[in-house]
Amino acid sequence: MPATSAAAQPGRFARKLNRANAFFDLPMSLRSRLILVLAALLLIPSFLFPLYNMTLYSNQFPDGLNLYIYSYSLEGGHAQNRDDLREINTLNHYIGMRPLLESDFSEFKWIPLLVGLFFILALRAAVVGKMSNVVDVSVMFLYFGLFSLWSFYHRLNQYGHNLDPTAAVKVPPFAPPIFGEKQLANFTVYSYPGAASFLLIGFFLLLALAIWMSRKPSAAQ
Amino acid sequence: MRNKSHLKILIGGSLLAALVLALMFGGCSRKPKRLAQGGDVTEAAVATYVAPGDLDEYYLFYSGGQSGNVYVAGVPSMRHIATIPVFTPYPGTGYGFDKQTKDMLGGFTWGDAHHTALSETNGDYDGRWLFINDNANNRVARIDLRDFKTKQIIGPIPNVSGNHGSSFVTPNTEYVLVGSRFSIPLPRHTYAPVEQYATVYKGVVGALAIDPKTGQMSVGWEILMPPFDYDLGDAGKGASNGWAFWTCYNSERATGKLEVTSTQKDRDYIAAVNWKNAEQAIKSGKFKMLDGVKVIDPKDTPGVVYLMPCSKSPHGVDVSPDGKYIIGSGKLQSITTAFNIEKIQNAIQTKNFTGDEDGIPVLKYEAIKDAEINVGLGPLHTQFDDQGFAYTSLFVESAIAKWKLGTWEVVDKIPVAYNIGHLTAAEGDTMHPKGKYLVALNKLSHGRHLSVGPSQPESSQLINISGDKMKLIYDAFTEPEPHYAQIIQASKLKPIEVYAKEDNKDPNAIWDVKDTKVDRTGNSVKVKMTAVRSSFEPNHFEVNQGDHVTIYLTNIEQTTDELHGFGLGDYDINVVVDPGETKTIDFVASKPGVFPYYCTNFCSALHQEMQGYLLVKPKGGASAARAKTGAAVAGGVQ
Repeated sequence: MPATSAAAQPGRFARKLNRANAFFDLPMSLRSRLILVLAALLLIPSFLFPLYNMTLYSNQFPDGLNLYIYSYSLEGGHAQNRDDLREINTLNHYIGMRPLLESDFSEFKWIPLLVGLFFILALRAAVVGKMSNVVDVSVMFLYFGLFSLWSFYHRLNQYGHNLDPTAAVKVPPFAPPIFGEKQLANFTVYSYPGAASFLLIGFFLLLALAIWMSRKPSAAQ
Repeated sequence: MRNKSHLKILIGGSLLAALVLALMFGGCSRKPKRLAQGGDVTEAAVATYVAPGDLDEYYLFYSGGQSGNVYVAGVPSMRHIATIPVFTPYPGTGYGFDKQTKDMLGGFTWGDAHHTALSETNGDYDGRWLFINDNANNRVARIDLRDFKTKQIIGPIPNVSGNHGSSFVTPNTEYVLVGSRFSIPLPRHTYAPVEQYATVYKGVVGALAIDPKTGQMSVGWEILMPPFDYDLGDAGKGASNGWAFWTCYNSERATGKLEVTSTQKDRDYIAAVNWKNAEQAIKSGKFKMLDGVKVIDPKDTPGVVYLMPCSKSPHGVDVSPDGKYIIGSGKLQSITTAFNIEKIQNAIQTKNFTGDEDGIPVLKYEAIKDAEINVGLGPLHTQFDDQGFAYTSLFVESAIAKWKLGTWEVVDKIPVAYNIGHLTAAEGDTMHPKGKYLVALNKLSHGRHLSVGPSQPESSQLINISGDKMKLIYDAFTEPEPHYAQIIQASKLKPIEVYAKEDNKDPNAIWDVKDTKVDRTGNSVKVKMTAVRSSFEPNHFEVNQGDHVTIYLTNIEQTTDELHGFGLGDYDINVVVDPGETKTIDFVASKPGVFPYYCTNFCSALHQEMQGYLLVKPKGGASAARAKTGAAVAGGVQ
């Protein structure tokens, strides 16, 4: 019934749906496809840089203890021969915090896998050249990004809240900063997205750009 | 009446003699002044002030003499930064308490650390190692400048007796020189009456071979020498590369009161050894084995060693940066002699000899010297700057003379407080001295410091040598007793600050508290222990009285300055482990009871809590001990 009525006199909703259908069926222009390839390529160097940087400053560590969260591992800084991850864990044991162990983070397994998947999906979208494909990838990627962020935050939050009650130094449970500065005992902690996060954001923006540039049927069609 | 005037003359004469002696040897005649007020003080203050957080430009490595240590200071601040224990236990760093360093000390508890020798590449300091000799027990130690720790002590070196003429290095650290100050019958532990000194006693000069990669020292070769007292040395460089020089006093071959008996001749010698020829002689088998060492006898192997006459009782011999001049100073005269290496080689070729000593040719003094420089009274040692000047320390005169190489003109003199021995200029014994700073290592300080009673520190004075006039800019003090020091540009050293986990090769190292354990085999108990803020694991363990206990203690920290100490009272043990280091603590649990162990090197807010118990069960079981304790308590009540 809606179909026939739409064929005869399409309603407002149906018209919108049709427009949407038409939009999803749009082919991607050559320029958009190239942008998709570029977006895919942007994911490769994301493995070289951290997703997140945390720096902990105190009078004892004026140069800061550095913690780098990569998509696949947790690394401490190594300034002056020092192992910052080890040091952070040593200091945290006084407040009863569990040591940050790479093996505790399931994210390090599924994030690289999914980044790889998005690389393939972006290339696929470039080859197939359909708007629907690109929109799929973008929406999934947005979900992936927000979920990863939540997942990391939740995990760090758990570290900060599940403190050993027998710890030598009692501190109120705390949430780690996700963006910006926070004072934790004698440390000022700074937390900012790293270069890899910006590459992932760049990936998303390029997808959006590709969509934007193919949003109208080209003159050729 | 007559008697009285005699008495007057006698008293007057003695007073006069005392005055002359005081003038000659007291060095107090020209009291070195305080700096003039105003401009000079400000200038000196600015020149030596290193602001908080700033670093010194140079490292200064002092030998510590009979303390057996090496001291590290910064220049120009002259602040003492660290003590490196070498020949003596040093609880401050736990040196000599763990198995490794105890074995290295070899049962000796002291040494007489004399002459620092920074390793060289192409005649310049390369910042790899520091060698230092023990004058007392005939040893040489190597400090690794990567971690500022003593890594090897070689010796007692066979046949060398009183290793004073050491530990000067050749230009590419091929060799570290050694030499006998006190000739003895050889091999060591041979008896011969002192009357046979001139004929039976023997001196030795020689060299330790250095592994170019690891710095490992081994005895290279030795040369059998007449029984003179071989004093100080230096290796040739540049034009004189391939030569090594040692001064010697007592060419009289005298015994008894040497102060008199060894100062009768006008000249003694500098022994010049062609070490390339010595190497060759060893290669072609021209040596005999003496106490396990390849020894060359110059009687049988000519061309290896020559004697250069030098003014009476020489002390220092120093080679100029280009290697052309060999500067020898007779400490009882007022001149320093500059010998010319070309002339020395000519004299050897033309056999311009005036005689021999036990078959060693004596070169003709007039044929090999370039100049006698009138530096002043009691010249000892000479160092160099980057402008072609030489600086000679004058013990009797208590001053430093600055003079020009080549023109031999003395251009400046500065009094010091008091009685300078060695002196050291920035990289002043290398092929490329830096100039700028010179440190006078004075033997007496006569209260230029806050009084600490009769046992006085040594004084060292920093002198600015960048201008035409030498300027005193700082007084510093050290514990007894620097005999030599060297100044090296700080940027040449690249020390580590923690031992990286992956570099720890100790098979007994553990890195996780979960891996700690106590193993028993028979009456041997082996403990793998960790130290980390703020606990030892295990924090207690039991052994039986008489057990042989070995603790492998690893500091599992990787952070700078997180050292932990392991002090065990009643057992005379204090071991300090640096971050990432493993040390072995070895002892027999001879005393029963409960013994606390605790962290001796402050580590953290809960440092006090870093403690544990060693429980030693008495022989015969716990009941026996209780009975004994009961008896003791009962005894106390009575």
